[in-house]
Amino acid sequence: MKISRQEVAHVARLARLSFSEDEMELFTNQLNQILLYMEKLNEIDTQNIKPTYHALELTNVLREDKVGPSLPPERVLSNAPAENKDMFVVPRIIR
Amino acid sequence: MKYEAVIGLEVHAQLLTDSKIFCSCSTQFGAPPNSHVCPVCLGMPGVLPVLNKQVVNFAMKMALATHCRINPFSVFARKNYFYPDLPKGYQISQYEHPLAEDGWVEIEINGGKKRIGIIRIHMEEDAGKLIHDPYKPVSYVDFNRTGVPLIEIVSKPDIRSPEEAVAYLKKLRSILRYLEICDGNMEEGSFRCDANVSVRPLGSEKFGTRTELKNMNSFKHVQRALAYEIERQISVLEEGDVVVQETRLWDEAKGVTRSMRGKEEAHDYRYFPDPDLVPVEIDSEWIEEIRQTLPELPDEKKERFIKEYQLPPYDAEVLTSSKELAHYFEAVVSACHNPKMASNWVMSELLGRLNQDKRDITECPIAPEALGELIQLITKGTISGKIGKTVFEEMYETGASATEIVKKKGLVQITDEGVLREIAQKIIETHPKEAEQYKAGKEKLLGFFVGQMMKETKGKANPQLANKIFKELLKG
Repeated sequence: MKISRQEVAHVARLARLSFSEDEMELFTNQLNQILLYMEKLNEIDTQNIKPTYHALELTNVLREDKVGPSLPPERVLSNAPAENKDMFVVPRIIR
Repeated sequence: MKYEAVIGLEVHAQLLTDSKIFCSCSTQFGAPPNSHVCPVCLGMPGVLPVLNKQVVNFAMKMALATHCRINPFSVFARKNYFYPDLPKGYQISQYEHPLAEDGWVEIEINGGKKRIGIIRIHMEEDAGKLIHDPYKPVSYVDFNRTGVPLIEIVSKPDIRSPEEAVAYLKKLRSILRYLEICDGNMEEGSFRCDANVSVRPLGSEKFGTRTELKNMNSFKHVQRALAYEIERQISVLEEGDVVVQETRLWDEAKGVTRSMRGKEEAHDYRYFPDPDLVPVEIDSEWIEEIRQTLPELPDEKKERFIKEYQLPPYDAEVLTSSKELAHYFEAVVSACHNPKMASNWVMSELLGRLNQDKRDITECPIAPEALGELIQLITKGTISGKIGKTVFEEMYETGASATEIVKKKGLVQITDEGVLREIAQKIIETHPKEAEQYKAGKEKLLGFFVGQMMKETKGKANPQLANKIFKELLKG
């Protein structure tokens, strides 16, 4: 097994997803198959190959420090489930 | 048993760019809620962040000023966590390949010098601001701060006391302000600090279990929070218990650190390279270009002040603590050509007076040239040092020049020996008892006579001359 049921539960919790027992079983098996398939990549010798950090071979894509227009607050808040005085309202979470 | 504290600090400094790190929204502080946001900093699907070049320039300045190695290749990574102040569900930061590593700053502690190592400096975006409703179980989110550029400066665990921690923070802040890349305002949150703290038996090499302290919004808070947490950990160990690795919040009102529950999973950030941003490559040419722009930094300035102006190290340290103050002092010196006097007047009278009004040197009502003029009036003997203080106060209150005040109030020092001798005669005549006692050997009374002279002349008599005249007249 490449991944345990416990690990799947942990990742689900980090993603704020909740699953039934059956779903947990199903996803653990599926993730396991995916990871086993990806394991194939380990057959290639990558000893002298630099890791790829980006699919494009570009570096230093930069912009000048110039201020441009922002959105009007009513558009910013147009998808907000709840708002008050131009602010998003969310359930209280104290970290 | 004797214990020693081991402290490492993580400092977040907001960079003074005009626009945000990955979009062109303004970074201006105090704007109406959600007025400086766009699809990029809101994390809308399909948008593409583009790095602000000035952020890299500013971060490189700090890296060079703190003797870090700038990496030729650095990468942005996503730090994944869910929290309402983070619209994308991840913060763009740097992880595996930070901008710079392995530097140090020097602090002055108990008269000695100590180096505090820096592990890394990396670039990242700030999160939004949450305001918690005091009555209802809701929070309000303002995303204006989302995407404001930050550098995070991570120290080595080289700090051994709350005092060292504060000295280190003050040094970092001073360098950032000299570089003009961060305003260093702890109350407004443009300069923030978290601390990792543990204790161990003195002499032990092994680290103890650490806690992470948050919510310290001033140097005073940092000092008190660390002192409290060190004591708390020592008493836990003394009672045979173990320190729990956790995040604790400083509660300034109660003067304690409190455990923050429910954050156990938060440290699982699943960093990975951000596919929206290409790597940053920095060659030696770019580094040299930035190095050329570095100003004289606090340590260098301090050394120069000691050498050039023959100031004691303490005075040089105070006078170079901010660029503005150092600049003010040097302007006073060039106006009066007397570094010692300039240092005395700036350090005691001026800083004392500004402190009284809770004012900064930038809000000083006396121009450095005007203070230099006052000092010259004293060194030339036009007025006495004592009168100088009265004139100073008037200058501070009214903004008038020293010469004007001296002229208007007739404060010019009396240096005419004949005039002073006459007054001295009269004083001796009206105080025969004291004159008798003085002649009988009670020489302490000289001060009394000079005091009478000052009263008589409203402080305008030249004190050295008054001394000399009384000594002569009362001899034998």
